[in-house]
Amino acid sequence: MIHDFDIVVVGAGPAGLAAAVTAADCGLRVGVVDDNPAPGGQIWRSGAHLPAAARRWKARFAAAHVVRLQGWRIVDCPEPGVARAQRNDAEIGRDSSAADGTSLRYRHLLLATGARERFLPFPGWTLPNVMGAGGLDAMVRGGLPIAGKRVVVAGTGPLLLAVAAHLAARGAEIPAICDQASLARMAPLVLQVLRQPGKLWQGASYRWTTRASRYLTRCWPVSAEGDSRLRSVTLQRDGKRWSVACDYLACGFHLVPNTELASLLGCRLEHGFVATDQLMQTSVPNIWCAGEPTGIGGVELSLLEGQIAGLAVAGRTSDAHRLARGRRGALSFARALHRACRLNPQLRDLASHNTIVCRCEDVELGALLGRAGWRDARLHTRCGMGPCQGRICGAAAEFLFGWRADSVRPPVFPALVSSFLEPEADPMTPREAV
Amino acid sequence: MTRVWDVVVVGAGIVGAACARECAARGLRTALIDAAGIGGGATAAGMGHIVAMDDSPAQLALTRWSQQLWRELSSQLPPEAEFECRGTLWVAADEEEMLEVRRKQEVYASAGVATEILDARALAEAEPQLRKGLAGALLVPSDAVLYPPAAAAFLIRDAIGMGAQMLPPRRVAAAALGKVRLEDGSELQAIRIVNACGAGAVSLLPDLPIRRRRGHLVITDRYPGFIRHQLVELGYLKSAHSIATDSVAFNVQPRQTGQLLIGSSREFGAEDTTINHALLGAMVRRAESYLPGIGRLQAIRAWTGFRAATPDKLPLIGPWPGDESLCLATGHEGLGITTSLATGKLVAAEITGETPGIPAEPYFPARFLDEGRVAQAQTLYREAAHG
Amino acid sequence: MADPLDKVTLTVDGIVVQVGPGATVAAAALIAGLQTRVSVSGEPRAPLCGMGICFECRVTIDGAPHQRSCQILCAPGMQVSTARELP
Repeated sequence: MIHDFDIVVVGAGPAGLAAAVTAADCGLRVGVVDDNPAPGGQIWRSGAHLPAAARRWKARFAAAHVVRLQGWRIVDCPEPGVARAQRNDAEIGRDSSAADGTSLRYRHLLLATGARERFLPFPGWTLPNVMGAGGLDAMVRGGLPIAGKRVVVAGTGPLLLAVAAHLAARGAEIPAICDQASLARMAPLVLQVLRQPGKLWQGASYRWTTRASRYLTRCWPVSAEGDSRLRSVTLQRDGKRWSVACDYLACGFHLVPNTELASLLGCRLEHGFVATDQLMQTSVPNIWCAGEPTGIGGVELSLLEGQIAGLAVAGRTSDAHRLARGRRGALSFARALHRACRLNPQLRDLASHNTIVCRCEDVELGALLGRAGWRDARLHTRCGMGPCQGRICGAAAEFLFGWRADSVRPPVFPALVSSFLEPEADPMTPREAV
Repeated sequence: MTRVWDVVVVGAGIVGAACARECAARGLRTALIDAAGIGGGATAAGMGHIVAMDDSPAQLALTRWSQQLWRELSSQLPPEAEFECRGTLWVAADEEEMLEVRRKQEVYASAGVATEILDARALAEAEPQLRKGLAGALLVPSDAVLYPPAAAAFLIRDAIGMGAQMLPPRRVAAAALGKVRLEDGSELQAIRIVNACGAGAVSLLPDLPIRRRRGHLVITDRYPGFIRHQLVELGYLKSAHSIATDSVAFNVQPRQTGQLLIGSSREFGAEDTTINHALLGAMVRRAESYLPGIGRLQAIRAWTGFRAATPDKLPLIGPWPGDESLCLATGHEGLGITTSLATGKLVAAEITGETPGIPAEPYFPARFLDEGRVAQAQTLYREAAHG
Repeated sequence: MADPLDKVTLTVDGIVVQVGPGATVAAAALIAGLQTRVSVSGEPRAPLCGMGICFECRVTIDGAPHQRSCQILCAPGMQVSTARELP
């Protein structure tokens, strides 16, 4: 079955929601494809109290005249103007009348694919209950009980405090929140926050909620200990080390953009982010990009960029330009954020030779030392050849060795073999989930 | 004083690796060079199927001998080479193809390759995932599968252990008349030069009757036991035969990891590695027609690679007329992994003047040149030497 | 809007688990005290990224292997196995 759209929006986080709502309000035929069980992306994932802006945009999205493929992902773009989508639970087959895959025809494609956490390997990081900061947060929103559990939060970035506050509000005990950045490095970001009452209030509120937790800069985990699961974490600060018993370690080193689909489509990247013009168009005509893949900048910037792109696609160019001028403030926040989250080089030394770097294929650091580059590593050690397609180990390898992933091949996400069949083969009507 | 190598092998895919190893084993001062590291090209892209192929007597002789060599080497291969004697099942869809199965058995028998005919029931037992209604198959138990980049890396390590040198990666701009000129302007001098550049061989020898023949592959997530043997349709040879049209054929391999490698496709004229979705779709449909459950498996990656194809489906192994220093080891089409070891032995025999394990003439590059062309080639090379 | 008292009952490795509406299969597995998978070299693994990217949360659901359980909501009667035989 083939759907026809003026614009297909990939991702229903803030940028995608804003773009879809804006485009639909302009009268365009809009399709939205989102990988998660419900809209909101990561930062507005349901299952927790959401800020007012989130509730407003989600409500507008729910009321908007758009076609939703919720719990679907784009796996390939077999020809210009056609995207191949597949249902997440395609194989569980409880509803046999629904198709597993479908083709979407679009005049414009908007990539609002968001970002993922950066994970760095250290001894014990593969133990069960070591998760990302956003990772544990998502799991809790997905029903994992956390009340009464001890959680160490570590890594870098504003996500840590937000996650710690959410977990604390749910009854978790948080002995420590550790950011690898120094206060000096964070200073430009803190200044930005001080200038924005909304952010300042939010930050203060998070810190109040976590007031029982030690907040430590220049601090990071050097190992996680446990048998079949995590029992304790060893932290380091200024050369001193100490262990903290805990049930979970929520550890993520800021965010990396999800640019795989953009790369597959031939969009130009700059410093690892999707390059766009003022109106969020990429180097490929009719492909647009908004939100974190253009630069990690948080919710406000994502909302702005989604609206700009939505207006631009609808031909409302002067309105789009007007909004685009408003990006300046949000962009300087993004720059300060980028500087504050730069990683301490000492983090490169955490992994030992037998620390696993590629979790899909269990490739240890020792096997990667001396490899000529990402391609060489993939070919000769299988690093990055597993189902995560290098999303986890690739970001680590880039920090550890400076390797950049080269070309992206389809499927951009693991997909059923049948998704390579020509669309005429789908005899079923896709089920549209709201 | 400039060092003169006995042999410089250009191209460090599995064929070049095998050549360097055989030369080093005979005490020849051997260098191996490749612009992009080791085990790239078709070695990195293709299926590691070691198969006795009976398209012609010469092809059967080469693949059978080489398959034997792989078996003899297998105990030395490291675990990451994933060598497994899985066997091939040539699947017959109907009674007409069963006739072909019987014919094939005789041909293999005449070359000393043991096979077994499976009827419909035995086939279903051997491979439950195959669709109902197939007529049977020919089992070739001595066929094997491996992971080619790791095998190539092993051959090179072995070669280095015997004195060969792997030179730092640089592109070779020209290789003729005992001189290998690198793109940085430096030069290697060699008594013999082996061109093992696969689909790229034409860049060094524009006269070569080699065309790039692209193929697609898909690899799945891990489903151990889904199939046990390498499964190939009898029509595979028809696909490999046809030189005019794009074609697909059912050819699926179980990897040691439990992943499935799904092939195969052939097309001429493709310039880059962008997926041809129409052809890929046809290839998957063909695979699904034999393995109905394969569509439900998760695919992790799809990619393309280039085979070096010659007009008569035999490789170019041996001296190149007009240049006494040049020895070719290329044009292996879809049989480079299988015939790499035999190619290495033929090349080493050619260089040292030994008698090779099988007659080498059917693979001589000279078979494509008439006398006039040979003289022309000689002139061109003389000119190049002074240019 | 679902009644918050609506529990969903499913089994994970034979253990009966009751979760609230909107709970993921990954959460159900952890609630049952189980890891989700075994790595290729035999290590116990559990969800890492929580957003469907790391593939550590893969389990078999109703006979279908390699399901990313953090992206799939629990449904009544689901049979989940963190099958240790599968790599």
